[in-house]
Amino acid sequence: MSDADAAAPARLADPAGPADPADPFDADSVGRADPAGRAGFDPGAAAAAATAAILRDTMAGAERGVVVDSPPGAGKSTLVVRAARELAAAGRPLMVVAQTNAQVDDLVIRLAEAEPELPIGRLHSSDATAYDPALNALPAVRTSAKVGDLAGLDVVISTAAKWAHTKNVEPWQHAIVDEAYQMRSDALLAVAGLFERALFVGDPGQLDPFSVVGAEQWSGLSYDPSASAVTTLLAHNPNLPQHRLPVSWRLPASAAPLVSAAFYPYTPFRSGTEHGDRRLSFGVASDGSGVDRVLDAAAEAGWGLLELPARHTPRTDPEAVRAVALVVRRLLDRGGAATSERSPDPVPLTAARIAVGTAHRDQAAAVRAALTDLGVSGVVVDTANRLQGREFDVTVVLHPLSGRPDATAFHLETGRLCVLASRHRHACVVVCRAGVPELLDDHPSTEPVRLGVSMKFPDGWEANHAVLAHLNEHRVRWRP
Amino acid sequence: MALMTTLARMEAMRSGRALPTATVRHRHLADRPLALVPLTTAGEAGAPLGALVGTDRDAPRLLVVPQPRDRDLRFAFLAALAEEMLPHFAAGADEVEWEERKETDPETGKRVTVQVELCADAPQLLVPSGPGIDFVRLLGRSMRFRRAAEHEPEDLAGAREGPLPASGPGAAEPGGGPREADVPRAAPARVPLLGRWLTHYGERARVPGSSLLLALTDLLGQHWATGQSRLEDQHLGALLAWIDPPAGLAGPEAALRAETARDDRGQLLCPPAGPATDPAFDNRLLAPAMARYDAARTRGVPADVAAAEREVRELVASQLRPTWEALWRGVDLLRALPPGSRVADRWKRDRWSYTGHRDRVRAGEPPQPKWDDAVTAARKLAARETAQAQLDAQEALDDPLVMAARRLSGEAFAGEVTEVVMAYSQAKVPRPRPLVTVRTDDRPLLDEGVKVYRALPDGRTQRAEFVTYEAYETGEAGGAHGSDPAAGGDVAPLVVLRLTGGMGRGKEPEPGSVPEEGDRVCWTLFEHAPRGGPELPDPEQTPWTHGGPPLRAEPGAPLAEPAAPLAGAGTTLAGAGATASGDATASADTPGAILAARPAAVAADTARDADAGATALVGAPGAPPFDPAYQPDPVTDEDFL
Repeated sequence: MSDADAAAPARLADPAGPADPADPFDADSVGRADPAGRAGFDPGAAAAAATAAILRDTMAGAERGVVVDSPPGAGKSTLVVRAARELAAAGRPLMVVAQTNAQVDDLVIRLAEAEPELPIGRLHSSDATAYDPALNALPAVRTSAKVGDLAGLDVVISTAAKWAHTKNVEPWQHAIVDEAYQMRSDALLAVAGLFERALFVGDPGQLDPFSVVGAEQWSGLSYDPSASAVTTLLAHNPNLPQHRLPVSWRLPASAAPLVSAAFYPYTPFRSGTEHGDRRLSFGVASDGSGVDRVLDAAAEAGWGLLELPARHTPRTDPEAVRAVALVVRRLLDRGGAATSERSPDPVPLTAARIAVGTAHRDQAAAVRAALTDLGVSGVVVDTANRLQGREFDVTVVLHPLSGRPDATAFHLETGRLCVLASRHRHACVVVCRAGVPELLDDHPSTEPVRLGVSMKFPDGWEANHAVLAHLNEHRVRWRP
Repeated sequence: MALMTTLARMEAMRSGRALPTATVRHRHLADRPLALVPLTTAGEAGAPLGALVGTDRDAPRLLVVPQPRDRDLRFAFLAALAEEMLPHFAAGADEVEWEERKETDPETGKRVTVQVELCADAPQLLVPSGPGIDFVRLLGRSMRFRRAAEHEPEDLAGAREGPLPASGPGAAEPGGGPREADVPRAAPARVPLLGRWLTHYGERARVPGSSLLLALTDLLGQHWATGQSRLEDQHLGALLAWIDPPAGLAGPEAALRAETARDDRGQLLCPPAGPATDPAFDNRLLAPAMARYDAARTRGVPADVAAAEREVRELVASQLRPTWEALWRGVDLLRALPPGSRVADRWKRDRWSYTGHRDRVRAGEPPQPKWDDAVTAARKLAARETAQAQLDAQEALDDPLVMAARRLSGEAFAGEVTEVVMAYSQAKVPRPRPLVTVRTDDRPLLDEGVKVYRALPDGRTQRAEFVTYEAYETGEAGGAHGSDPAAGGDVAPLVVLRLTGGMGRGKEPEPGSVPEEGDRVCWTLFEHAPRGGPELPDPEQTPWTHGGPPLRAEPGAPLAEPAAPLAGAGTTLAGAGATASGDATASADTPGAILAARPAAVAADTARDADAGATALVGAPGAPPFDPAYQPDPVTDEDFL
């Protein structure tokens, strides 16, 4: 899944002895540290200390659950693999709950890579293409649609939906629930009877789970079935230890402060790399067009805003879609190369390392078509929901509010913008119609305030303003 | 809003008349629905002002509360409402059909077929607008926990008989007094019983596609697109003006007139459909009339009181009657549409719902609790999400206009079969997997491996998966834009599909199960009968992540042992119990905590209710022992009813 996670193990591999209770990098004190003051901050040590504290609570804590908040690219998957191995080594039968089949397959592969001998069960649905065929090549991995076939294996991994159909089994001693903030409370209700204790890991800043039917009648209830699993869990178990991974290995030094300030204002994090550790360069000089200028701006500053003239458009705004496609085309044509802490030599920027993010599926389809038109293939184009958990070198984002006459709750959702703005290792180019700040000012949040529901800060309105204000410093106006 | 609806609204704007967005009626309409047009008192959400109710459009019963701040009069109103509505809710209860159902035998654990009753029909309740449904819920919630009638003080019953007038516009019969005395005061008494029915109907109305309780604005807005916004469509008069404008007027003018036209007294010609009233009516007409009624009561002259009450009744009736007429006009318009072919299936589920509630009432179960427990809430949400998915599919399959909207948004495509190539799977026993090529002008959002579905004539669903596009050139333009379907207008794509099901069990497909060249077919990207979610644990098995099992009322159980039901439920739960007994008031901040805190807080609860005067009868001598289901909420609107 994410390469940032792959980079992290070296840093996390420090001996995880019991951390000093006064450890300045434990989860609580990191939050109070000044994110800008980097003097004396060792990201590797901070991350290792947080991991050690998490594992300590997981392995030996008094509470039945442990919650870990992980900002984008902070090594969440690495933590899951690490915790799974330690639990297995301690002889505790472990079940792992992830949200999608892709996530499950990815975890199985990572776990098998980290420990090829570990007996792993992949519980899957009875569909013909239920799991990644690559799993068949892993000797210690057994796949089955029946949980009985996997009895006795150290680790059994499946989706929440599949686990929910598991009945009449001896409960597992331990569970790891991955992407717990994207899991709905009712999904947790369906599987929580299967385990005694659990480690819940997730990113609170990404998209909240949702329901296609109204669930207002339960809002304010501690077990509102449409809320996130973590919300319910903590409402009923307020004493559970909560930890935070303090370092994003994915986001570059140019992006972490903005993403942290805009989306995690009360739980700041830092990037694991410094300014200058990563560089994006082009083999072909700019032709002076708006598209090339915004690419140069993004290579220089990590952010670029390509602003089209203000206009109300349909969702699949042909000009904006074309502009997105052109940006991708030029990225490839100009021979982009990325230098990072991973290797001293520049790595060519290929189509596979670029993604386009949109708010709606039809927008993604339109961008795909436009890319095909320009002869580009191999670039991932998808909605924010489907880009969650993924990582690329450069992302091109069609702004959710571009060309809209209104700002609905959907388009203002904090998590949507957060996902789109936090998938990149090097640079993010946003394509947008002018006039979004005015649009935001015309549409303040109007969601009703409900009793018993804790307000989520920041709201999408404020986050959108914060991101736009920053993007404006790297703006290139362009008339197609 | 779907692109197609937007287009329809623009068309309506241009033509000045609402445009049909459906060719069939997508909801069940009963032959004799019970209509209810309620009004509430301004500034007091829970205080009914009056209502027109009945199944006969020419003879509704008018119920009015001449002074809504008088709690006795409100109770009298609710009693009369129960008298009018309950026979209707009971009407379908005894005519039953027998249905077979699979159940798990509690003794053997085996699945066995059992015969169960299903009511042949269910009563339907219609209200004019969406807020009317909310008001039904509010009434239900305020009534279902009321004590049975035997606890009501006698003088209250006496007072009720007095002021209810024998005449007045729309009154079908003299007040409820005489008949009431004949009704035996058995539990559950009529008011709480009606509260339970209204609660059930209000809750059922949240299930997508259900028809037990419907609002006319929702129904009309679903079947027609007007040239105004969805918000404006909430005005029943304006909505009808667009759909069926009076002679000589175009939709926009008629709608504007419905919304704003006033008579020489400053009163709206088309009063709001309620339950809220027009402030001009409240201030200029209603308030003075109520003041005169209050004055007459103070003076104590019965004739004056009757006259003053008659005046209030006439005023309230003047606001109700136009809405009553509009409601039935809407029913007429909807009846002109033939029902969709899958509407009866959905109505059958409503009948199951009705039968289930009938059984719960008959079994003497307590009223619906104030809050769902964690498992019930999750079950309801899952059931509604399934119902929504099924409804979306069924409406599209029932109605080409709805399907057109789905096609326009890329969720379905229709076209002509241009080629069928027989092929077989690679398995040991090869299965038919024919490749079907369809020419379509639609732009479905297809990616490799996407599953598509088609309704077969016999009602089954055929599955297939998308294989690839082939370019098909319709005009003289060349393929400059490549083969991608979304690229340009000059290329109509050929969609190649591989059939994966719906062909029977044999080696060769059953006759007629594979489309032939030249056939018109319509494939959808959505399933036709989406499955429901997984089974959830029993409420007694609620896990620790969700607060553990809810506390259930156990009649006669001693109150002072909050920890007893928790025994063996684990350390976390015991902890919660301790918290509850420790600080009941503080933990009452969140509803979940209240559930846990309830046994410990019984004394406090009862005391508070007495203070608030919320349900003065709760503490009356002879009241049954504590039962959480009967305990009122922390003070809310309804508590002042």
